[in-house]
Amino acid sequence: MDGVTGRGKYLALAVLLLPSLIGMGAFYILPVISSLVLSFSKWDLLTPIQWIGIGNYVRAVSDPAVQQALRNTLTFILGYLPAVVSIGLGIALLLNRRLKGRTIFRAIYFVPVVTSWVAVSLVWKWLLNPQYGLINWLLSLIGIQGPGWLFDPSWAMSGVILATIWKDIGFVTVIYLAGLQEIPENLIEASEIDGANAWQKFWSITWPLLAPTTFFVTTISLISSFQVFDQVFIMTNGGPVGSTTTMVQLIYKNAFGYGQMGYASAISWVLFALIFTVTLAQNILQKRMDRSDG
Amino acid sequence: MASRVLRPADYATYALLLLGATAMLLPFAWMLSTSLKSGQAIFVMPPQLVPEEPTLDNYTRIFGTMPMGQFLINSIFVSVVSTAIMVLNCAMAGYAFARIKFPGREIIFYAYLATLMIPQQVTLVPLFVLMTWLDWGNTYQALILPSSFGAFGTFLLRQFYLKLPREVEEAAFMDGAGYVRIFFTIGLQLARPAIATLAVFSFMASWNAFLWPLIITSNQSMMTLPVGLSFLNGRYGTDWSVLMAGAVIGTLPIIAVYVFAQKYIIQGLATTGLK
Repeated sequence: MDGVTGRGKYLALAVLLLPSLIGMGAFYILPVISSLVLSFSKWDLLTPIQWIGIGNYVRAVSDPAVQQALRNTLTFILGYLPAVVSIGLGIALLLNRRLKGRTIFRAIYFVPVVTSWVAVSLVWKWLLNPQYGLINWLLSLIGIQGPGWLFDPSWAMSGVILATIWKDIGFVTVIYLAGLQEIPENLIEASEIDGANAWQKFWSITWPLLAPTTFFVTTISLISSFQVFDQVFIMTNGGPVGSTTTMVQLIYKNAFGYGQMGYASAISWVLFALIFTVTLAQNILQKRMDRSDG
Repeated sequence: MASRVLRPADYATYALLLLGATAMLLPFAWMLSTSLKSGQAIFVMPPQLVPEEPTLDNYTRIFGTMPMGQFLINSIFVSVVSTAIMVLNCAMAGYAFARIKFPGREIIFYAYLATLMIPQQVTLVPLFVLMTWLDWGNTYQALILPSSFGAFGTFLLRQFYLKLPREVEEAAFMDGAGYVRIFFTIGLQLARPAIATLAVFSFMASWNAFLWPLIITSNQSMMTLPVGLSFLNGRYGTDWSVLMAGAVIGTLPIIAVYVFAQKYIIQGLATTGLK
């Protein structure tokens, strides 16, 4: 198929590839490079740009707001990640029993995934209302006095986590369901013949064979944990007393609230470094486990 | 499998699935219910899931005080146009990467893939500077163009074309057609499954996008639904029945799309997510 002459080929490239190259260049590659350059500057868009070397990075490392955002992110990950993965897997296992109506259930669990974060955040803000919200009323039915949720610095993050788990479970479920389809039926049947019970079947066959899926899901969820913004912006705006501030919020505030374009860019590269490190560590871990299995 | 006798374990499965489904749907029911209540009825304890005296007042109020219709039109226009541009440029580039050999192809393709590693937030400040410099604040092109290109879609389509047998295209080649004509007459049609998946993802991402539209629009007439709702949240912070009416308006269209395109969304996610 390479019979096309040089000229025809480059004409075809100009038509087929050039639009994408221009778009990717203008809206991804150029901004990424500019962002890195800007991160070494002090610039408010109005006065001339000043070059300050690694000043922004030095500042970011010692900035209490950045430290708090990182602590908040860690809290978020600890509360969110194990819950969303285990509940998502649990539902996938139930749906994988192939009972009648499974597609309807699968569709229902996925509805929050497609709904916009802004709408979801508004609903959860109301659900978590300490006095008139549905959650505290449900808790009162079983004799629990619900907390102040988004108004209480020690509970606000839990409220954000709860809403995020609710929204993301369907995503995890669908990915796990796809992973479960790949497990050969005869492996399960063989273990049934050997007299394995459901618990043994899960730990000896299903869970090890799902390892690639689990790695994929945890990586994606970890990355998104570092990028939390919409729900926090609507539900708490980072408060009370900074207890739900995230890294992306700091980027937003510094750039578009305080006009510190250079510092905001530097924080975004700190965010990149964190995500990159975590993804890399995950990959190394996965390779090592693959090797020990094989 | 549907006709077999239900065992106790099956009943337990159903019970758990029903409990989960209730937890998934209850917030939506609560949202709809609150949006149909009067200002006072929402504070009645115990809460009523079915409003005693349902009213559409909140909807009339919200359309009266905010350009909700405009938000809706903006969201639809931005999502549809950016999805169309995304699908077309990704399919064209994916086809080119898969079928045309040219110097530097690998390097360019790896540069595309590298952008997948970089969180979008990194590009926010330069994009904003670029748009300000072009004087594109509060314009459709600023809302549309940055979300109309992407390595993910290009990669998806490239993989699709790589797996596609070349026989059909070879025949057209023998007849003297060039790459461009073959792409538009044959390639685009053949890629329909991949295009459908990309279109659905691109539409949902664009429809639900928040941070970028929040930054680039300050004029109400240019706001998309999520930004409009966030604006509503700022203005009616405690008027829950109005806020829930807004949330319903923001949620219904995408749920309609979801019901219609459910197959593509879930299968697309399951197949592209792992490969």
